[in-house]
Amino acid sequence: MSELLSYGFMRNALAAGVLVSLACGVIGTLVVLKRMVFISGGVAHTAYGGVGLAFYLGVNPLLGALVFSLLASLLMGYVQRQTHQRPDTLIGVMWAIGMAIGIVFADLTPGYKADLMSYLFGSILAVTQTDLWLMLIVDVIVIGVVILFYKELQASAFDETFARVRNLPVDLLYLILIAMIGLAVVMLMRVVGLIMIIALLTVPAAIGALFLKHMNKIMWLASGLSLVFTTGGLLLSYYLNLTSGATIILVSGAAYLFALLVRRLCKDCPE
Amino acid sequence: MSPSNTPSQSVVEVKDLYAGYNDETVLKDINLTIEREDFLGLIGPNGGGKTTLLKVILGLLEPKKGTVRVMGKSPQRGRQHIGYVPQFAVFDSDFPISVHDVVRMGRLGPDRLFKSYTDKDDTIVNERLAWVDLAEQKDRPLSKLSGGQRQRVYIARALASEPELLLLDEPTISVDIEARAHIYDLLYEINQHGVTILLVSHDLNVISSYVKTIGCLNRTLHYHGEKEVTAEMLKSGYGCPVDLIAHGLPHRVLAEHERQP
Repeated sequence: MSELLSYGFMRNALAAGVLVSLACGVIGTLVVLKRMVFISGGVAHTAYGGVGLAFYLGVNPLLGALVFSLLASLLMGYVQRQTHQRPDTLIGVMWAIGMAIGIVFADLTPGYKADLMSYLFGSILAVTQTDLWLMLIVDVIVIGVVILFYKELQASAFDETFARVRNLPVDLLYLILIAMIGLAVVMLMRVVGLIMIIALLTVPAAIGALFLKHMNKIMWLASGLSLVFTTGGLLLSYYLNLTSGATIILVSGAAYLFALLVRRLCKDCPE
Repeated sequence: MSPSNTPSQSVVEVKDLYAGYNDETVLKDINLTIEREDFLGLIGPNGGGKTTLLKVILGLLEPKKGTVRVMGKSPQRGRQHIGYVPQFAVFDSDFPISVHDVVRMGRLGPDRLFKSYTDKDDTIVNERLAWVDLAEQKDRPLSKLSGGQRQRVYIARALASEPELLLLDEPTISVDIEARAHIYDLLYEINQHGVTILLVSHDLNVISSYVKTIGCLNRTLHYHGEKEVTAEMLKSGYGCPVDLIAHGLPHRVLAEHERQP
């Protein structure tokens, strides 16, 4: 273990695990409770367009992903709320177009492009010091916003009509929430890759919701579980020589199945 | 309760209202005045526009024509005086939240952004929970409560806003008969404490024993500010539940001449 920690990339990877877990638990809980899993997947995949564009322009891909992800989240939020088209259709279309844009820009970019794959499947071992700072900033924003608007976010997740009748700014809260999903997506992209983001965003919170009956407690448990999954998956992938992102997701998936089984068998478990 | 306006002012005033969705006009030429301390039961068939009318009063749907005033203000501003009890089971009953925390949502408002709940909020929440007989359940998860108990939680939440008007949309759907009576007794008591109530239901038999006035809504409104279900309401073919007469409408609801052969 101490040998592991002597590697700088491993220290960065473990730190990244801690930082993404915080945002993941907090935002994932809202995503699960507000049933926004599909739209989160849409935001994640659309962000790939930003990665491709950034490669083409020669700027930091995470920056491109950040811009695309925020734009995509706000656009999807708007679509979800305002248009009379079927929102899931439009989100599905944006999802695919975002990916396509990313691939086309990658085609247009001359030279070696293997690094593009790391945004699809994640590369927690390639996390840099700059990435860590970016993750810390996202954590501060996300956790700060949730603390600031906790009671309003809870009320509009529980019963949006009532919140609206109380004259809470529910549309604004929704856009804030979805922009935070966009931010979380960018940091998760580095760790598990955009294809598997949905799992890491939702599984810890879903397990929490199986056993706990308070939103803030679910957030804590989800953050903790997320840390266990990323760290455990990372170590496992190191020793078994597997892809880290996929291993993290498989650890999460196995834990989710196990949690469902426990929930099933133990009807009298304390809640 | 806290009557803050002049006693003469109506709680809700709807004038020449047309409302609906896209091209479809569901409500036509609605005129309705709800006076302070009334307990109005609004009956009518499904699809008759009951929920649409509630949405307009709550400022959730813009009228196509006509005006709506709530406490003399636009619905968007006036609705802060409304305690809204939504239709049963319209949202996730599995949501992880305690009874106390649900009722506390009634204290929320734009002036409460960036501020924590206060001791006064907790006092009011506990008091409302006692009113609806749920004081001992306050720390339980909402999902562990029965349908009738849950409905009382939503009534307590609405009352926590200290409303002038309590507005209920089919509060007893999928609630068993005993719990139903409990809820209506509760509403009767709340009304006695000076809260105006607008109750929407298709269950004329039950509500007729509790309300002060009855209206019948089937796209157009028949309402005369009285308790009687008039011959006009029943005969005019507006689709109001005429068949209920056959099942024995409570006597005091029927107008005098209706009871004569």
